[in-house]
Amino acid sequence: MARKQLPKNKEISKIVFKKGELVKEVEDICGENLFGCYQCGTCSAGCPYVDDMDLTPDEVIRYVVLDRQEVLSSKTIWLCSACFTCAERCPRDINITKIMEALRQIILRRKIDHSYAQKTSKKEREAIPQIAFVSLFRKNIG
Amino acid sequence: MKMLYFPGCTLKTSAKNLEKTAFAIMEKLGHEMVEMDDWTCCGVVSSLSDDDLMRHLAPLRSLIHVEDQGEDKVLTLCDMCCNTLKQTNLRVKEKADDLETLNAFMDQENDYKGTVTVYHFLEFLRDEVGFKTLKKMVKNPLRGMKIMPYYGCMMLRPREVAIDDAEDPQILSDLLKVLGADIVDNPFNIECCGSYHTVEHKEIVSNRAHRITNFALERGADAIVLSCPLCRFNIDVRGKEAEKLHRGYKQIPVYYYTQLIAIALGLDPTVCGFEQHAVDPNLLLKKKGVYRK
Repeated sequence: MARKQLPKNKEISKIVFKKGELVKEVEDICGENLFGCYQCGTCSAGCPYVDDMDLTPDEVIRYVVLDRQEVLSSKTIWLCSACFTCAERCPRDINITKIMEALRQIILRRKIDHSYAQKTSKKEREAIPQIAFVSLFRKNIG
Repeated sequence: MKMLYFPGCTLKTSAKNLEKTAFAIMEKLGHEMVEMDDWTCCGVVSSLSDDDLMRHLAPLRSLIHVEDQGEDKVLTLCDMCCNTLKQTNLRVKEKADDLETLNAFMDQENDYKGTVTVYHFLEFLRDEVGFKTLKKMVKNPLRGMKIMPYYGCMMLRPREVAIDDAEDPQILSDLLKVLGADIVDNPFNIECCGSYHTVEHKEIVSNRAHRITNFALERGADAIVLSCPLCRFNIDVRGKEAEKLHRGYKQIPVYYYTQLIAIALGLDPTVCGFEQHAVDPNLLLKKKGVYRK
């Protein structure tokens, strides 16, 4: 697997784990066994956002297992909107949605937010249903 | 039957029409729907971290207030609220330790006993009222309307709280058949609409709306019917915006299932609040002659 160029983020790149600590923290937060994944790619095949992602969901799991910490800078973890399609289809019964949440949480719990909702225009703010804002804040602000 | 009802924030603003039609249908069916006292925001997305109980407080608080009002059932209209309330309810019923912690934390509230069942309005119509009963009451059948049911995520997944099969749901098709419409099947009808990305990534959501609708168009659909207020906004409004991104693309009207039930039961069309939609849903109903007595 060729190493992909991921976006660089100063704050996120400051998060450093000792060897093997990243996968441990992910597993502690989400309670899933990442080593159960046999890389079939079913999650990525059904993911509605896969076209816009830099790493596919199965790649994210592999990156975490292989201790490639640049996974935390990937766009993928923020594009996942928790639709549970992958979790529903995984033949190994791994809840990938929860893994994505764990990766977001690792960043958010270190007080690094990932939202620019304040830039939304007044007209848009009035039109968009509140549930969109509340869920965005819950997913992208720690 | 008297049913307690948990509205949630969006039902009071951009989805007023969903709430109004639901009240009108319940009245027509001879049931009483009563808004519960002291409801708060449900939190919209359920916590996916095992070690974070904080995010279960908001839904649990509302569930406690259902018990406080002496009821053991609560109706929801919004898919997000339904999902969040159901997931919290399930978690505290399965994990006694978590319930104890949450109860201890909310020392101003009564303890939650775990007696409440959360219903989606569609679930109530299917299981308690029965689609057969609805069929007998149809006055204006939706004859000639080719409709694609769109389910989205929150009423189907995760499977523990789903109201229908996650891969091959039938509940909306069954309802629409009863109302006299033709069903257009679409494999995209269980795919995410773009959800909260509508705030920061409008284009992604517009493209999703286009992809979902376009497939329906290819199969000859006139309209889309759905249940979630956020899906409605994304497919209707962002889909309309997709007309600028994709040449020759034309967004079709989007209805809440409650609006179509109200029309089919012969209720006053003004109750549907069609003015809140970006693509006028009235034109199609008139074109197909559904309104004609």
